[in-house]
This record gives sequence, C-alpha cells and structure tokens, in this order.
Amino acid sequence: MTVSPDPRLLRLHPADNVLTVIATLEAGARIRVGEAEVVVSTRLPIGHKVAGRAIRAGEKIVKYGAPIGSASCDIAAGEHAHTHNVQSDYLPTFLREDQTRFFAQHHS
Amino acid sequence: MTGYLRSDGRKGIRNVTVVVYLVECAHHVAREVVFPSREQGVHLLGFPGCYPNAYAHRMLKQLCTHPNVGAALLVSLGCEGFNRQTLLEEIRATGRPADVLVIQETGGTRKTIEEGRTWIAQALEKTAQVPRVSMEVGDLVVGTVCGGSDATSGITANPAVGRAFDLLVQNGARVVFEETGELIGCEQIMASRAARPGLASELVACVEKAGRYYSTLGHGSFAPGNAEGGLTTIEEKSMGAYSKSGNSPISGILKPGDVPPSAGLYLLDVVPDGEVRWGFPNISDIQEIGELIACGSHVTLFTTGRGSVVGSAISPVIKICANPETYRRLNEDMDINAGRILEGAATLDEVGREIYDRVVQVAEGEKTASEAMGHAEFSLVYKSFEPLGPACLPG
Repeated sequence: MTVSPDPRLLRLHPADNVLTVIATLEAGARIRVGEAEVVVSTRLPIGHKVAGRAIRAGEKIVKYGAPIGSASCDIAAGEHAHTHNVQSDYLPTFLREDQTRFFAQHHS
Repeated sequence: MTGYLRSDGRKGIRNVTVVVYLVECAHHVAREVVFPSREQGVHLLGFPGCYPNAYAHRMLKQLCTHPNVGAALLVSLGCEGFNRQTLLEEIRATGRPADVLVIQETGGTRKTIEEGRTWIAQALEKTAQVPRVSMEVGDLVVGTVCGGSDATSGITANPAVGRAFDLLVQNGARVVFEETGELIGCEQIMASRAARPGLASELVACVEKAGRYYSTLGHGSFAPGNAEGGLTTIEEKSMGAYSKSGNSPISGILKPGDVPPSAGLYLLDVVPDGEVRWGFPNISDIQEIGELIACGSHVTLFTTGRGSVVGSAISPVIKICANPETYRRLNEDMDINAGRILEGAATLDEVGREIYDRVVQVAEGEKTASEAMGHAEFSLVYKSFEPLGPACLPG
C-alpha cells in the first residue's frame, strides 16, 4: 500500500487510476492529485473515490489493481468518481432513487 | 481452551439449547417457550414454510447437531409438511436430549408453552453435565461475512480478517468465506488460488451461476447504503469482500451444511442450483450467517462499515468495524475497531492479530458484544442444491 502525496487520499495499488478518500473532505477543500491542486465541489465522506488522473469515457476504472467498472463519461483528475460517471461491467448498481423504477419493472 | 465434547468427536465452544419451530404457525409458541430462559443459552430457530424442502431439512439437522448445541426441542403445529420424526431421530442419534411437541396433540398454545418450558428446564440440567475437554485452534471452524458494507470495509476490516484467516489456517483451523454474488468480478483472480486444477473451473462456475441468478432477478447483491458509503459497482464491492479470504490457497467449495473436511480455506457457495425459483439467494446477512454455522462455524467474523448490530443463534458473532466514524457512533455493538487503520493508529497486521486473539478469547467463553446484548438472530428460507462436484473437496 503506497500513500499518495495527499495524506487524505489512498492509492491501494500502483496500477490504480482512482484514489480513496480516507478522511472526510468538505466541499471547498483543496486536494493534491499528481501535479494538480483540485477544489472539491461536494462533500466526500470516507470511502468515496476521486480520479487519480484524467480518465477517458470507456476506460477501465482500476482499484486494488483490478478493474471495478468503466468510465461512463470523461472524468477529470481529482473529480469524484462514483455512480454518475462510473458503471459496472457486470450488473447495474442499485441506488435509493432507483427504487421507483425497480418496483415499476418488477411488480406490475 | 476447552470445548464441549459431542458424540461425533466435534467440540463446541458454547452449550446452547435450541427450540425449533417447524412452520411459521408454531413460531409464537416456540418463542414463548424460549422467553424465560433466553439468557441461559436457549436460542430460537425455525423454518417458516409449510411445504417440505430438502435444503431446509438438512440445514436444521446440521444446526441441531452443531457442536455448539447441547439439546434441541422441536415445536410443530402438526399439519405442516416438515418431516419432524426424521429430524428428531437424526438429533437423537447423536445422543443429544431431543423431543418434539406437536401443538395440535398437546392441547394448544398454553399447554405446549408450559410443557416446553418444563422440558427446557430438564434439558439445561442435562447439558450442564456434558464433559469439557481440551481444545485447540485446529479444532475450530471460523466463518466470515460482510454486511452493511461501505468503501472502508475493503480497505480495513476485510483485509484484516484476511490476515486473521491466514493465521487461523497456519494453526490448523478450517475457515470459510462465502457470498458468491459478492465475488462477481473476482472470479479469475480467485481461480488462480485454487489448490487443484479441477477446482479452478468450479470456482469460476460458482460465480458465473451467481451472476446469472442475480441478473434474472434484476438486482445484484448491492444495497443503496453501499453506494452512499462510496461503493460504485458490484465489482468494487466484490474486490473488497474478496479480501476477507486472505492469502491461503483455496482448498475447496462447500454448499450449506457441508462441513470442511480438513484444515484450509473454503468457499461456501450460497446460490441455489438449477433454475431461478426461490427469489434472492440470501435475503439478509442473517441467513448467510446461519449457512456458515450449518457448515460447522464455531465463530463468525462479521465486518461492517455502515454498522450492522446483529448476532446469531448458536455461534457467536465477532463484529469488526471498518469505518472509524461508524465505530464512534456504534462502538457498543462492535468488538474490534479496524477503522484505526485509516487513522494511522494500527496496521493491518496488528488488527489481523487482534482478530485472531479475539477468536481465541471468544472460544474460551468470553462474550461478544452482540451476545452480551442478547442478539440471537436466525433466518431460513427455501433453496435447493445439487451435490458437490468431485473436484470441489480435497481427496
């Protein structure tokens, strides 16, 4: 496990292109990602991820040294990487706001 | 440490008496039988369905004859499909005190509760006589499950359990990880750890079966709270869950009720075989814990980031909290604070050792947080399985 230069961000494997937030970042916090300094636009609780570098749409997202999905759009270095810009290559992710759609599909 | 010696040679770390309802219609009566002695190691189990099911029968047989169980009282309404006589004979064949009360024959709710409570009082006197013998880490079966996961689970608590699993295997224990629906995306990495060539393809097949099952149901093993905790995809959750398995070679595959034959690491396949027909493979963490116990687990290591509070009937649950913020809110429910790793206050190896030491303490009789607060959850629903393939277990 190598710690990235910003101690609040953890790179779990050298091949990873996302970093894990290990201390909650409030909106407006400044983080250092590679050469760049990035302002966090929304609160990022522990465990959320930011892009460790610019990631192109369709590229694999790599964490633990393993692919955990693909970018669904371009992601800038330091940007929050989550369900709005990353998708599973196996099964779609189920969110609280999806509940209405789920029940409409499966319980009609 | 010492254990309760059972007739099959297995040793238990608890001496529980179970009361088992054989259909939901007998649940209330069984719960009332347990109530006055719930703090004396009397636990409630049961199966809600009226239609017979081979999996449910095998689960209850394995649970009622688990080394942590000293006696079993079955509570039947009378008309349900469960084969109570066979189950009773199977338990009695192990020498344990066992009986069945049939509500329709005993004379209804009140009389059955009274008879049940009298039976329990006598059973507790008998189980107190079970001989205690010396026991070693090598006698233990330890399961692991994760629940209420967030993205800290896969960084702290899960890999720390992996370290503890490695230590347990080095000391001759049998350890079990599970939930193939939460290994989707890790199947090739996992297959590379198979102890035998034929096992590798079986491991991949298990996970592919889980993928098909969940695809048909339209919902992966992923709860809204997982995403709120920073997990983005099932593959990410899987990689985190997978790290509970540690670094030992994978010795075999089990299905619910299969007891691992020798020291090593095993994968428990919890997804039913055949066509998709019983609904979600595991409706909650509780059901997974029950299946680990049916495979002989004396203790379950439960990792949680969001903060689960559960325990289990029969075998103690050690809760390992992954997230330091969750730990501060729910510390009374937690046994281990793995969130310290994120704060630089402990290393993975140190927490792994702490988990190993806690397993030994709990095996020696120390209560876990959930045991001390009276948690003894249980859940069992319909499933069906085919027997294990020849490559699944060591020869």
